[in-house]
Amino acid sequence: MRGRIHMLFCILASVVVLLFAVDIAVGSQFIPFATLLDVLTGGGDDISRSIILKMRLPKALTALLAGAALAAAGVQMQTLFRNPLAGPYVLGISSGASLGVALFLLGLPLLGGMLPPSVKALGTAGAACVGAAAVMAAVMALSRRIKDIMVILILGMMIGSAAGAVVEIMQYMSSETALKSFVVWTMGSLGDVTPSRLRIVAPVIGAGIALSLLLVKPLNMLMLGENYARTMGLNVARTRGFILLSTTILAGTVTGFCGPIGFIGLAAPHIARALFADADHRVVLPASMLTGMVMLLFCDILSKMFALPVNTVSALMGIPVVVWVVVRNKSITV
Amino acid sequence: MIELHDITLGYGSRTLLERISATFPAGSFTALLGRNGSGKSTLLRAIASLGKPADGYITIGGRDIRDLGSGERARMVSMVTTERVRVANLACRQVVALGRAPYTDWSGRLRTEDRESVERAMELTGVSAFADKSMDRMSDGECQRIMIARAVAQQTPVILLDEPCAFLDLPARYEMHRLLRRLAREEGKTILFSTHDLDMALGHCDSIALIDTPHLVCGRAEDVVRSGIVERTFGLGVK
Repeated sequence: MRGRIHMLFCILASVVVLLFAVDIAVGSQFIPFATLLDVLTGGGDDISRSIILKMRLPKALTALLAGAALAAAGVQMQTLFRNPLAGPYVLGISSGASLGVALFLLGLPLLGGMLPPSVKALGTAGAACVGAAAVMAAVMALSRRIKDIMVILILGMMIGSAAGAVVEIMQYMSSETALKSFVVWTMGSLGDVTPSRLRIVAPVIGAGIALSLLLVKPLNMLMLGENYARTMGLNVARTRGFILLSTTILAGTVTGFCGPIGFIGLAAPHIARALFADADHRVVLPASMLTGMVMLLFCDILSKMFALPVNTVSALMGIPVVVWVVVRNKSITV
Repeated sequence: MIELHDITLGYGSRTLLERISATFPAGSFTALLGRNGSGKSTLLRAIASLGKPADGYITIGGRDIRDLGSGERARMVSMVTTERVRVANLACRQVVALGRAPYTDWSGRLRTEDRESVERAMELTGVSAFADKSMDRMSDGECQRIMIARAVAQQTPVILLDEPCAFLDLPARYEMHRLLRRLAREEGKTILFSTHDLDMALGHCDSIALIDTPHLVCGRAEDVVRSGIVERTFGLGVK
């Protein structure tokens, strides 16, 4: 049993490394592995160096970080809501982030504000985090009062739709330039994270992931429900707060910098649980993060090969997993 | 030992139990009886600190439960609720091992003594045979036993159970009563459980706690039967 889990971790990690290398090699200009190795060890010609170090490496690193972050957020939300369909996208967290960004990118120009580019990037991310946190807090508040998880899911979708409607109104009223920067953001892109921004994104996501890893025991206890967790000595209110904090940091940061990337956070934990045949978060959490990395690297490679926005590819990949979960899990289809 | 001191319980303006006092000594095996909605679950939840009495206080082992930290409390009281736990891919042994949560470190890693305690709890409750099976493939009775094994692994002097016999057929109910009685007799635990199964409770338990709204009548099973309160509460004759 232990041996199987270790082996699976090794395989998954190898796949991550392999896809990471492929992701760097693939692009508008193919770079052979030999050149790639040269550059990474400090050699190579100037053009390859600048393509790899300034563009592709940061992008691939962003894919790793974002994949792990979305998956970690998804695992925590699925356990907290005891719902296999919980995820940043489904519960309206991403819509909340969109609303935050829309208020920032569309609302400010409407009020006559002008933004220098340096403020714009960070402000976008900050606005996404605030929007994500607001929706997450609203869903949490509702989930305390309403015990029926289906109702909460529906309310989450309604909150998401409401946020979407407000965004559309703002789009309708906005100027072309403001509109364009918003639409580009909604398509999702891993390429906007420059090395200097990566220096902000990496530690923030690292902190969110570290926090989620500290929560493995409370997450395991929450699998039995809040009452059981409480009788086994868990401070449920505090744990909820920490999970809220961690998921908001993770989903909010990724959405802010890379746009709304759907279905990775929802699908990766299910693939990991099925692959490892385990529910223990000490296994599921790292396994989901690796799965998320694999998925997002793969999405990025496909999006480069077919010149598609990354969130389109992630949706096409993630939706079959969601369908599988719904069909398999009878308690949902009843 | 559980002691209730003048506690009043209710929902909002509705009072279920008023100024009741009672003592459940160590090693006692008590059935909590009462009509639907009479406050059996509310009382159990109050003892487990999942709810708060409107008035009065509860002590366990002589200590007021309000003064206990959450970890400390979890080492004194465990509870089996009516919630059904069916987590896919979670082995029964892992569920029982979660009972060790009050004793393990931040990651929940089991030490040798934790593992021993988990295996012992599963043996005692007769679930060792399906320890490695996934929780979502178990029958109601088996799930109930696993949740009890988890409570035993928690090593608390007090175990509370909310309708552990609901959904069980007659032989399974009989087994359940024998198991709980053994835990009280052999392990010296205070076992308090709610049930609707009058015959079984009167036949197997040392003592009965009957909710005769808004009072709680406690005593040895024979004495409570002889007093006629059972007939009055349930409006029927009992053999």
